[in-house]
Amino acid sequence: MIGCEIGKMKEMVRLEGIVKKFNNNLIIPELDLTINDGEFLTLLGPSGCGKTTLLRMIAGLETPTQGSIFLDDEDVTNLPPYKRNVNMVFQHYALFPHMTVEENIHFGLKMKKVPLEEQKEKVAQVLYLTQLEEFRHRRPQQMSGGQQQRVAIARALVNNPKVLLLDEPLGALDYQLRKSLQLELKNLQRGLGLTFIYVTHDQEEALTMSDRIVVMNKGYIEQDGHPDEIYHRPKTKFVARFIGESNFFEINEDQYAVRPEKLNLCVEQEDNEPYAGHPEPKFFGTIVDVVFYGTIDKVFIRLDNSNQTVVAYQYFDDVKRWSPDERVGIWWYDNDGVIVEK
Amino acid sequence: MKKGKLLILPAIFWLCLFFVIPMLIVVAVSFATRSPYGQIIFDWNIGNYLRFTESLYVSIFIDTLFVAVVTTFFTIIMGYPLAWTIAKLPQKWQQPGLILVMIPFWINFLIRSYAWVIILRTQGVVNTLLLNFGIIDQPLQLLYNDVAVMLGMIYALLPFMVLPIYVSIEQLDTRLLEAASDLGASPLATFRKITLPLTMPGIAAGTILVFISSLGMFVVPDVMGGAKSALVGNLIQNQFLSARDWPFGAALSIILALLSLLLIVLYYKALQSQKGGAENAENVA
Repeated sequence: MIGCEIGKMKEMVRLEGIVKKFNNNLIIPELDLTINDGEFLTLLGPSGCGKTTLLRMIAGLETPTQGSIFLDDEDVTNLPPYKRNVNMVFQHYALFPHMTVEENIHFGLKMKKVPLEEQKEKVAQVLYLTQLEEFRHRRPQQMSGGQQQRVAIARALVNNPKVLLLDEPLGALDYQLRKSLQLELKNLQRGLGLTFIYVTHDQEEALTMSDRIVVMNKGYIEQDGHPDEIYHRPKTKFVARFIGESNFFEINEDQYAVRPEKLNLCVEQEDNEPYAGHPEPKFFGTIVDVVFYGTIDKVFIRLDNSNQTVVAYQYFDDVKRWSPDERVGIWWYDNDGVIVEK
Repeated sequence: MKKGKLLILPAIFWLCLFFVIPMLIVVAVSFATRSPYGQIIFDWNIGNYLRFTESLYVSIFIDTLFVAVVTTFFTIIMGYPLAWTIAKLPQKWQQPGLILVMIPFWINFLIRSYAWVIILRTQGVVNTLLLNFGIIDQPLQLLYNDVAVMLGMIYALLPFMVLPIYVSIEQLDTRLLEAASDLGASPLATFRKITLPLTMPGIAAGTILVFISSLGMFVVPDVMGGAKSALVGNLIQNQFLSARDWPFGAALSIILALLSLLLIVLYYKALQSQKGGAENAENVA
């Protein structure tokens, strides 16, 4: 289904056989990736997985050791950053401290020698879009982190780039602000229909904002897909563990990943009595701890015959609240157990 | 609280003894007259200051200013790339690089000036080489002219330019340069619009240091300029050591000090007007 959707789309960025070494350190072994026009694509992974390096190569701030980068069907592999029609929002904003907000935003247009009238028009537009009009004469140092972030976005957007690259743009902000800017960014991207390539190590951010997530680990792509697919159908153990919480069970040499909210608990029946209304429990164990989280109880269970502890989220629609030392059976619907590569 | 203020008394005493009192003595002497035998007669007149307006002395001052401007200019032109190179060295080579810049200070300045004489004189290293290679027939007169003086000054004062510029380049956030490049600025445009404005405080500090030092310098013109060029520094030195006209020498010193002070004040005014602009913006907001 997703496959044919991609087929219809126009491709914007294509990475072919990208290899990157720093000195003799292999950062990206070999990587192919296509990004479509108008897509919000997130590169997600732990620090050091090569996601920022990949972004910087698209921007032209790094050169791949091997391979080619195409932007809108043009080979840009050897073009310097100032000749590429992409713009970047830097992690720590990188605003010019000796210029006002307005001058910062003007900078890109001035460098491209856009006529002055057009410059003014575009800057006014983008100031309105990012709600920065009242701050136009301030310097970056006199603004809060969230406002500075807006300036960085405005400064990149005003150039009308083919692709906007964002390197953990919300990383330095507090939780509340991050939440609201996430929504703002997503709306902005939808409204403009612009291609966004977004780098983050925050899985929640990736899941809420992206059209497509590329999960990276040690320079490899672990999985590439819709957020739903990434969350519910993780392909590898790494993805299952990195995004959300997962429990792992081994059945007949297969590794199953099951989300804690998909694990169900029941009282262990004695004497082979049948389990009414749900599948047979696949594992049994003893509850070691129950932690109250407001909307849920997190129940920690030690499995019999192993040292492994699994966690199940229990909602309060059941009457039963669990307590430590109780014996439980653990079951899940076949659909919720995903076989993952180790 | 009040008792705490007593703690600065030693500092004030030290400052009075070694700075304020000697300065006042110089000021007092500058208003005195020299007796025929070189003694100082305190008769409180401004004759020494009036004498400065004679065209000979004015032209020496103008020469001095010219040499100082040229020296400052060339130390910037040479110092900036040098400071840039050191600041961009791998971390472990930066310290050695800076030490190389400072090593000359370990050798007495007078001796270093004579080293230049050995290099530049008629039978010196440069002339010998050029003669041996047949590039010239006659030794060149490289010493005892204004160019030699400026060369010596640039050599002597270059480190004072390099160090503050190095600091400002070292503090420059390279991400800003990446951002500029990302926004379409060529390397040259990035330098002009970002690097240069942001390292300007280093250039300004170096300029003040070099300019004021070269105004008062007398060893270099003495050793490398010979009898032909005299700068204010030499003039003052001569008043005290040869002519034994201490009152006139003192007056010249005061004039030079006031000139330096004026330049420092202008420098801080310029800095403050920059900062003031930013503060105003804050007030508006």
